[in-house]
This record gives sequence, C-alpha cells and structure tokens, in this order.
Amino acid sequence: MPQVETQSLFKHFGEVKAVDGVDLVSSDEEFLVLLGPSGCGKTTLLRMIAGLEKPTTGEVLIGGQVVTHLPPRARGIAMVFQSYALYPHMTIYKNIAFPLKAMGMPKADMKKKVDWSASMLGIEGLLQRKPRELSGGERQRVALARALVREPNVFLLDEPLSNLDAKLRTSAREELYRFQKNVAITTIYVTHDQVEAMGMGDRIAVMNAGKVRQLGTPDDVYSDPADTFVAGFLGSPPMNLVESQDRIVGFRPESFLPKKMHEGGGDLIFLPFDVTRIENLGADRLIYGKLGERFSHAAVIANLPTSFTDYTIETNTRYDFAVPRNDVKFFDGKTGLRAEPLPL
Amino acid sequence: METASNLAEGTFRIRNPHLRFFFDNEKVLGLLMIAPAVVYILALVGFPLILAFIYSFSDITIGSADYGFVGFENIKNLLGEFEFKIALKNTILFTAISMIIVLVLAKILALILVKDFRGKFVVRALILMPYVAPISLGVIGWLWMLDSIYSPINWLFQRTEIFGPDFWPMWLGTPNLAMTSIIAVHVWRMLPLATIIMLAGLASIPEEIKDAALVDGAGYFRQLFQITIPMMLPIMMVAVLFGIVFTATDIIIILVLTRGGPYDSTQVLVSKAFYTGIDAGDLATGAATALFLFPLLAAVAIFMLRIARRAEVT
Repeated sequence: MPQVETQSLFKHFGEVKAVDGVDLVSSDEEFLVLLGPSGCGKTTLLRMIAGLEKPTTGEVLIGGQVVTHLPPRARGIAMVFQSYALYPHMTIYKNIAFPLKAMGMPKADMKKKVDWSASMLGIEGLLQRKPRELSGGERQRVALARALVREPNVFLLDEPLSNLDAKLRTSAREELYRFQKNVAITTIYVTHDQVEAMGMGDRIAVMNAGKVRQLGTPDDVYSDPADTFVAGFLGSPPMNLVESQDRIVGFRPESFLPKKMHEGGGDLIFLPFDVTRIENLGADRLIYGKLGERFSHAAVIANLPTSFTDYTIETNTRYDFAVPRNDVKFFDGKTGLRAEPLPL
Repeated sequence: METASNLAEGTFRIRNPHLRFFFDNEKVLGLLMIAPAVVYILALVGFPLILAFIYSFSDITIGSADYGFVGFENIKNLLGEFEFKIALKNTILFTAISMIIVLVLAKILALILVKDFRGKFVVRALILMPYVAPISLGVIGWLWMLDSIYSPINWLFQRTEIFGPDFWPMWLGTPNLAMTSIIAVHVWRMLPLATIIMLAGLASIPEEIKDAALVDGAGYFRQLFQITIPMMLPIMMVAVLFGIVFTATDIIIILVLTRGGPYDSTQVLVSKAFYTGIDAGDLATGAATALFLFPLLAAVAIFMLRIARRAEVT
C-alpha cells in the first residue's frame, strides 16, 4: 500500500497559520495518528491530504506521486468524517454504493462489492434502512463500509469515534484497530483523544500550533517527549514540570512514588513532598502537593495505584518521595526542547 | 437570625395563591396566547370563506337582498362557458410556466450566491430589491416600461439594433406577448423570495456531506442532482407550494398591466371572478369562479406536504 508524504506543507488562512510547515512520511500499511488539541491544525492537514483544502505552499504525495493539484476523487483516498456524513436521503445500500456509482461500475459488480464491504463491517442487515434509523455505532460502520468499498490506497479518518458515547467508544476503538490491521490499508487518523492515539496508533504525530512537535511510537512520545508541549499534553494527569535553574525538570506522576515503594531501589532522586489534597479515582489515587525548598514549593501530582493499600497518606503531612533518575527528563527553560541533564 | 427569618417569611408569603399562579397554568396561558390568532383566522379568513361558499351555491347579486339556493347550477354554467375555459387554461399556464422559470432561476442564483465573491453584497441587494418594493408601484413601473409607444425597452433594443428596423412589439397589446409579459413580471416579483428560500435550503446541507461527496468521487452535476437537490427537496416543496398558491390566486399584475386583455388572453380565474362578481355585480358566479380552484389547490397542498415529509432529512 502506498505511503503518504507531505513536503513542507503550509496552510495560512489570512494571518492564521493553520498548518505551519509539516513534513510527514507514513510507512506502508501504517496506522498513523495525528494528535493534538483543537485548533492545532490536524484536521486542516488531513483535509489537505484529502484534497479538500489547497495548501498555501508545499506538496502532498501519495505513493510517490505528487497529488497536490488533483481533486479528491483522483487521489485514491477514502475519508470518514466526524459526523459520518452519510447521505440522509439514501438507503444504506445506496450510501455505500455511491462511490462505485461515481466510478461508473456496472450494477452487478456494484452489488457484489457493497455486499462484501457490508459483510466486512457486519452491517448486511441494515442495507435497506435509512441513516436516521441507525444508532451512532451503526452509522460509524456504514461510514467505514462506504470508505472501504472501493478499496482505497489510503484511509483518512477525522475523529470518527468522537460522536459515540464513552462505553461504545471503547469497543469501537478495538474494532477499528482490528479492521485496519485486517484490510492493511495505510490509515491517517485525526483525534484529540490521547487514549485513542496511544491505543490504536502505530505511530503518533503530536501537533500544536500548526507544527508536528514529535513523531514516534506511542511509547516514544509518552516516555520520551521531545518538548514540554508533548510532555504536558500526553498523560492524565500529565508530566510534572518544575523549574530548576535554566532547565525544566519533568517526571511522570506514576514514577513519583513514596520512597519505600520503589522496590529494588536503583538510582533514585529523593524529593520531600508536602501533601495538600488526595483524590481517589478508583483504580488510582492522585496525590496533590508541593515539593520542598529546592524546587521553590512547585505544585506536583503523584499517581499511586490504589492496589498499594498498605501505604496510608494524609493531607498536610510531609512524606519522602522519590523518582528513578532514568525517568526524569530535562527541557530547556526557554525553548522547551529536550536538554542535557542537570545533576540533581 | 430574626431578621433573616422574617425576610424569608415575607418572600414566601402568598397574598392570593389563585391569582398569583393563574398564569403559571400552561393550559390557561396557552389558550390565552393562541386566542388572538384564532379570533383573527375565524373572523377574517374563516367567515369570508364560508360566505363565499354560501354565495357560490346561490343566485345572489349585488343590490339585491334575496338569497336563492341553486346548488351546483353556477358551476355547471361556468363549465359550459367559453370565457371560463380560457381563464382556467390561462391560470394553469401562467402558474406552471412562471413556477418552472422561478424554480430554475432561483436555484441558479442561490448556487451563485452561496459562493463567496467580490461584490456579492451588491448583487444580493439588487436581487432582493423587487421584494422590498411596493408591488403595485413596481408593476406600474413595468406598465410604463412595456408601453406601446414610450417603452424604453423597445427604444433600447432599437438603439442597440437587436430589433430590426420598424420592429416595435406591443408588449401588452398582442395575446402571446401579453401573456409573456405577465409571466416575466411575475417571475421578477417571485424570484427574490424563491432565491432566499433556496439559499436557506443550500445552507442547511452540512459541509461534511458535500466534502464526503467530493471524496466519494462525485463531480459537480452528480453532486447537484444526487445530493444537493434531493436534500433540498423538502424546502423546495414548501417553496413550490407557496409559489403555486400565490401565483394561482394573484391578481395585482394582471389588474395593473392588462386587465385580462387583449381578448381575454391574460384573463385568469381570479381576475375573471373580480370582474364578474364585483364589477358586473354577479356575486354568485364570481364566488363560484373564485372557489373553483379551491379543491385543486387543497389537493396540491396536501400532496406537496406529503412529499416533503417523506423526503424529510434528519
């Protein structure tokens, strides 16, 4: 399956730089996630790849061919929209058949294709219904079937799960992941939900203010963030970032634990922690508090699994906490980019 | 503490519970609010309509207080009358042709106006102009423009040599031209509203649906005929329904421009009803003429609304 590439892609709407120089190469059959807060330019980037938006400058390549000036229908792509964008006046069958009809496919072949695509998504029973008679999850499958039916080179998905309720979203995520691996079609997936990104992406491109801040595997972007934005965007709660001299020191709440919980010890950095508030979230306990004088009482969060039952923590008390030295990341105080470690 | 409790007591003390909460009862409030509309419709629409029905089955005339019930005699007479058949034919022709032209032009204009371009504001204002002008004054303007001797239209076409030498069409004086002029002026008058309705219909189609059609490979005309128009159908049906009723019952343009002439070639049912019932004093025949289209228009309305509901879009 061909790869998708963007070469120094810019899109400016007047003064607003929606996409501000993106160079991105997807690998074959990859599930690539564009992740970022709303307004970061991820949807604009996807729409430029789709051909729905003309770049200000830069090129889009699909399978090594420049497609920047081709209309969407000539790019061999299929797209699933946030609202699913099913044609409300057509039956599900006609919805799925629409791209084939536009290609001028004979009726008999068309029926075979639609049946195949519908069976891939398990919606054979819905073909005679209208979109308004379907549930959110069913509509999403119809949208996927319509995207799949003409076997595109690339799938572009724009927040396809955000209209589903929380419970359905978890199962839909699982299904979508297996579906993509099954059909093995290069997929670019836009979301603002880091759980979706971490759970489904082969790689994640974290975007902010029109730029790709980091491109890497979910593990890379989580445990080895390239800058303070990525560090602060991923994780819930996000990485603790505290200032120290001209550096910003970052560590994950789940590595910041009471000293005696670090079994085996290793190379630890000890930090006094004044607990101010405790939130019990079921699986986790979030401990809010302040570090000692060395970090000028910066506010940080610790995340303790509730399964550590033998350790009681109370508010307004100072505890000895620690972080493994390897889990501490250093960022430049001015640029926010990764920097040389400080001796702590 | 004492003052606080006094205050609370004062707040919740109810002087006359029945009166205080009288309007909180939705049944009472609802009835009261809908009452003016009901009174209005009964007095100014319902009563005259029933009166017209009663007249149309009678031999009543202006200047006589006698009422004699004659059943379907008036309608039977009308159907045998040559002038009535012409007026009926003219009504259908006038309505159908002007509606088709209005629909096509309004659709094109709406498709243009939905795009962004320089000077859009001016174009939109110009298109809307006929709608805000008082209709009778506007039509008097057309009466002058189409005058047989002083027509600026003829002058313009002569000057630009689009018309051959000595070709001075009498816009309102020859049967076919008169009907054409009436239709043209009616289209001029209906177009703004139709365009606005179409624009609203176009704007109601979600952007993502249009994008999806683009990605799915639909070209301009496939998108227009298979996505845009079907999705606009409910709102277009409402527009057509209003248009038909409005056109079939209109009298101003004909009254001002041709008064039904020449030789009844622009006489429609409504104008004929006016001339027979009011000018000639035959109230009964006039009422029967005016009500002749009532069942037909009611059927059209029911049919259109059913289509609109079937095509309804979530």
